[in-house]
Amino acid sequence: MQAKRLCLSEHKVFIESRVQMHMTVNVSISAVGLKKSYGPINAVAGIDFEVRSGEVFSLLGPNGAGKTTTIEMLEGLRKPDAGSINVAGFDPWKDASRMRRKVGIIPQGFNFIPRITPGEAISYFSTLFGVTDRSGELLELVNLKEMERTQFKDLSGGQKQKLGLCLAMVNNPDLLFLDEPTTGLDPQARRNMWDVIRKLKAEGKTILLTTHYLEEAEVLSDRVGIVDHGKMVACGTPDDIIKQHGSGKILHVSGNETVARKVNGATGLHCTVDGKNIAVEITSNSDVAQILDIVRESGVELRTLQLSEETLEEVFLKIVGRMEDIS
Amino acid sequence: MKLKNIIADLNVYGKNFVRSREGLFFTFVFPIVLIAIFGSIFSGNGGGSVPLYVQNLDSSSQAAQQLLAGLNSTHLVAISFIPSGANVTTYVSAHSITAALVIPSSFGRSVTTGGTVYLPFYNNPAVSSSQIAGQAIGSVIQQLNFNLSNAHDSIHVQPYTDSVVAQGYVDFLIPGLIGFTILTTPMFSVTFIVSNYKKDKIFRQLSLTPLTRGEWLMSKFLWYIIISGLSAILMIGTGVLLFKARVTVDLYVIPLVLIGVFMFVSLGTFAGSVARTEEGAAVIGNIVTFPMMFLSGTFFPISIMPQWLQTVAHFLPLYYVIDGLNAVMVYTNYTAAGIDILVALAITIAFFILAMLTFSWKEA
Repeated sequence: MQAKRLCLSEHKVFIESRVQMHMTVNVSISAVGLKKSYGPINAVAGIDFEVRSGEVFSLLGPNGAGKTTTIEMLEGLRKPDAGSINVAGFDPWKDASRMRRKVGIIPQGFNFIPRITPGEAISYFSTLFGVTDRSGELLELVNLKEMERTQFKDLSGGQKQKLGLCLAMVNNPDLLFLDEPTTGLDPQARRNMWDVIRKLKAEGKTILLTTHYLEEAEVLSDRVGIVDHGKMVACGTPDDIIKQHGSGKILHVSGNETVARKVNGATGLHCTVDGKNIAVEITSNSDVAQILDIVRESGVELRTLQLSEETLEEVFLKIVGRMEDIS
Repeated sequence: MKLKNIIADLNVYGKNFVRSREGLFFTFVFPIVLIAIFGSIFSGNGGGSVPLYVQNLDSSSQAAQQLLAGLNSTHLVAISFIPSGANVTTYVSAHSITAALVIPSSFGRSVTTGGTVYLPFYNNPAVSSSQIAGQAIGSVIQQLNFNLSNAHDSIHVQPYTDSVVAQGYVDFLIPGLIGFTILTTPMFSVTFIVSNYKKDKIFRQLSLTPLTRGEWLMSKFLWYIIISGLSAILMIGTGVLLFKARVTVDLYVIPLVLIGVFMFVSLGTFAGSVARTEEGAAVIGNIVTFPMMFLSGTFFPISIMPQWLQTVAHFLPLYYVIDGLNAVMVYTNYTAAGIDILVALAITIAFFILAMLTFSWKEA
């Protein structure tokens, strides 16, 4: 699916609808008609979206989709060529310093001064922000208290990311930008970080999350936005997006390429071979019986039979049409 | 610019610096090691004599004993003996000896009878210690000849020693090494830190806080002023205590150290900013630093260099810092120091402008 470019009148309607929404729903971030080019490359080619207060919103997209540029414009690190942004009530480019006092940001690939301990880092940031040093409380929040006196270089990847989160929380912001906070972490550390993000959401924080892990976006997000070729190609709750762009249920059944061809020929259903199984996107439960008959007639021993819903990852791949960029 | 931000950054940067063993070694230990090594070599303390091997084939004669006593009294040579039965040529070659003197068996008799005697001297003119031994032997023999002929020196040189001008090598070395520390510590550290913070996105993290680029740079200036000041005190202390160095330390030293630190923190910031990678930063740092290290009068006076290299030295920023420090600490020539301060200040302003134009929080 490709997002349609909004014409001027549509834009006006869009903005008016956003104004109305502001009146009924608190919006922490709104971006309208956002554009940014680097020479001939349109990195962001007209993005509109908003993040509502108290929600976890995930921005997804393959590498080079325009996600990082969008985040950097929201953080006030890059000036948009066109469009308007409102983050926590501020224009990030014109009022970056005031905006950053209200938001917390973990940049992509968070890193810090190697021989400084988490306690010292939080104390340092507290002084810079002119706020009370809450290092004990913040380290407790992310389960990093026991590493308070360990130098940054000696922390594990997950512990480093947790410190990044603490630093983003120093000024007690209501809005957090978490740019790929779990990239490179092992599954256990990633799940620990999920717990922390859930804890922050429970505290009422608004979180803009970018991630390469679709499963992560699906379990953590209230809503997701999928960016591709500099445009927002899908936006909504994970369920809505799966319903809107997915094909419903998938039947995994024992089979091979011959079986897949027969199934496709007989039913017209989309069918792929996955090792010793085939995956068929079924439209109704009655398809199951017909497919099983074909498998049986083909002489294939029925070892696998599983009915599943499409995941956000499968839908994402369908939307962006390429999977090489997905970690 | 907020003082509390500068102090907070200074505190963190300082902790990170002092927790690095390499940083501490190169800042405090290395310059002292250099002073100790160079001071020991050139101060004349602790056995500045060169080896001289002697085969004494006339050990029973008084004249031979007088000759050996004369050589010992010069303190220029340390005498070892070659066995009387050994073939000198073979022995010299086998033991890689660069200076060997043979006192022939006829030496005492010839001296007593007024005859002529030749003392074979095996030497290597390419080796300075061999030349020193030859000069020591020549002066002792001359004195013995004078004594035998009852002659005396008619023409003498009367040395007038000005206490200021007659500096030892170590007096000259201390300002040079202070300049060396002012150059290397901020230059290498800041070049590396700027490129590394850029690569590791630490600058990006800092850019999301209220800390400004100016405050960050100011904390670096302050840190390297503290470090260079402490390092200078240690070097002066070592020079004075171990090698009895005579250097003047007064208020004029302060602006030279301050300007020197500002100059090389700015240059390091510029080098780190224009480098695209850490490796590139290291190359730029070395290209900028090494010529200055050796051609600015750090380890030896530029007056011993060829004229064209002396001209090159005048284009090197460190030259003005070291020349100024020499002017104050060795010669107490404040006019010369004032000129050096003004030139160094102008260079520092230019470097600071370059640094601010190129220094960015954003990663490459």
